[in-house]
Amino acid sequence: MLKSTRSGFGKALLELGETNLNVVAVSADLPSSTKIADFGKKYPERFFECGVAENNMMGVAAGLALEEKIPFVASFAAFSPSINWAVIRQSVCLSNLPVKIASSHAGLLTGPDGATHQALEDLALMQVLPNMTVVVPADYNQAYESTLQSINIKGPVYLRLTRPDTQELKNNKFQVGKAQILKPGKDITLVSCGPIIFEAIKAIEIFEKETKKSVELINCHTLKPLDEKTILQSLAKTKKCLTLEDHEIFGGLGTTISNLTAEKYPVPVIRMGVADKFGESARHESELLEKFGLDANSIVKKLKTFRL
Amino acid sequence: MIDTKKLEEIARLIRIDIIKMIQTAGSGHPAGSLGITDILTGLYFGILKHSPQNSCLINRDRFLLSAGHLVPALYATLAQAGYFPKKELLTLRSLGSRLQGHSHFDCPNGVEIGAGLLGQGLSVACGKALAAKMDKKTYKIVCLTSDGEQNEGQTWEAAMLASKYKLDNLIQIVDRNHIQIDGTTEEIMPIEPLNKKYQAFGWVVMEINGHDFNEIFTSFKKAFKTHAKPTVIISNTIPGKGVSFMEGNWDWHGKAPNAEQTEKAIRELEKNA
Repeated sequence: MLKSTRSGFGKALLELGETNLNVVAVSADLPSSTKIADFGKKYPERFFECGVAENNMMGVAAGLALEEKIPFVASFAAFSPSINWAVIRQSVCLSNLPVKIASSHAGLLTGPDGATHQALEDLALMQVLPNMTVVVPADYNQAYESTLQSINIKGPVYLRLTRPDTQELKNNKFQVGKAQILKPGKDITLVSCGPIIFEAIKAIEIFEKETKKSVELINCHTLKPLDEKTILQSLAKTKKCLTLEDHEIFGGLGTTISNLTAEKYPVPVIRMGVADKFGESARHESELLEKFGLDANSIVKKLKTFRL
Repeated sequence: MIDTKKLEEIARLIRIDIIKMIQTAGSGHPAGSLGITDILTGLYFGILKHSPQNSCLINRDRFLLSAGHLVPALYATLAQAGYFPKKELLTLRSLGSRLQGHSHFDCPNGVEIGAGLLGQGLSVACGKALAAKMDKKTYKIVCLTSDGEQNEGQTWEAAMLASKYKLDNLIQIVDRNHIQIDGTTEEIMPIEPLNKKYQAFGWVVMEINGHDFNEIFTSFKKAFKTHAKPTVIISNTIPGKGVSFMEGNWDWHGKAPNAEQTEKAIRELEKNA
């Protein structure tokens, strides 16, 4: 069944509301789209609607966190952290407060709304901040799990969520901070995060059938702290790396993995993502993945460029 | 009855510390710090419920300095009140010091929030006020903003929210000293009529002379009793108060006095003993 990552977040938040009375939700006029509306209905005394004011929303969350609350701040990634980054930096991260930032509608997967609403920079903005944990769930269950696990993390957490209903992974043993090997292989390591990973799964099937080579697929859902060990172990075997993300290649997963390999195990890395461009509108997000060269066929082509 | 003589004496000692701290650090914001000294003295020596020995007590009143550049005044006041030894004051802005150039959250030492980028403190204060309401606590949240800070849009986002949620446990002090970093507030960005703006936003508005302890105490007494509305106290102050050559001069917003100026300033402050 197809389900969105934002829905997985919403379900987990509702459950947390029941088990933890310190969990509160802070909104900037998007409770339905960010899936916190049910929490608001069930726990109105723990739901704070700040209106279209993302800076204030984040400051309010910081104040709640200073008084022992665990605020989940929900908006779109194009607004939070893009508009309120300085508030996250000073009022949340500098004081290392347990504010959980859940930002939906990230990436090209946002679709018809176009470039203004397709956040392609949010991972760069979040990774660069000290104390921040950065998680990109690949499916509904991972969004659900990462939301539950986020309250056990002492400091701030960024959860990158997406709009459309997407597939579910079969292997779903999910632990924040621990990269998942979704499929073992020996010739190329493909590292990805978020629902775009389903394009990688399709591509690997085609590529392996055509070339008789095998690809190891890693779901690197936690960008920070990075599970270096799992990635380096895979690269020691394959010595080739392809990264795939629905985000700018500058400052996102591709950059993070390249930084790791450059310092600790230099191997050829090809980064697939949006390369210094804004997105645009399309009736269906699949058209965008094709246009920006991030669909399964484009991935197959890139895999073939490695000398095997 | 408040003992204004005693409060004046405390404020005088705090001002001397502020001058020494900023001179030793070699940089900082003396004018605004001297300007808010009387308000801070009133708060920490009579108005706020707080305990330097047990600084993170759950039912303490919270004081949030949103205008983080004025933190020398807060440090000097906290030390005067006994939160930490006075000798630590001279470590301001030095490597490894707890007394950062702009404040870091440090509850044990009485610093409630990290601040420096303007416009964020009132939002954080709203979050604390919401939490207090949620927990049915009766403590107050007092947030000091600068008048230059009223330029920040976020201040007004918070002003709307405070009114929406009827945060009568929140008191904002606007330090109305008419200067900001590069000139007078009315040259850089006019903010008047400030009282009418806050009235329109649904706040209880008071205006006081921020150097008159009777007015300071009376306004807080009223502010602590308001119902269903947040309060703003527009505190008219003289930047550089207590040091004649700094008073009213925006040039002293963000520079340290040299040795000679420091000596002159301290001589003036000591003469008033």
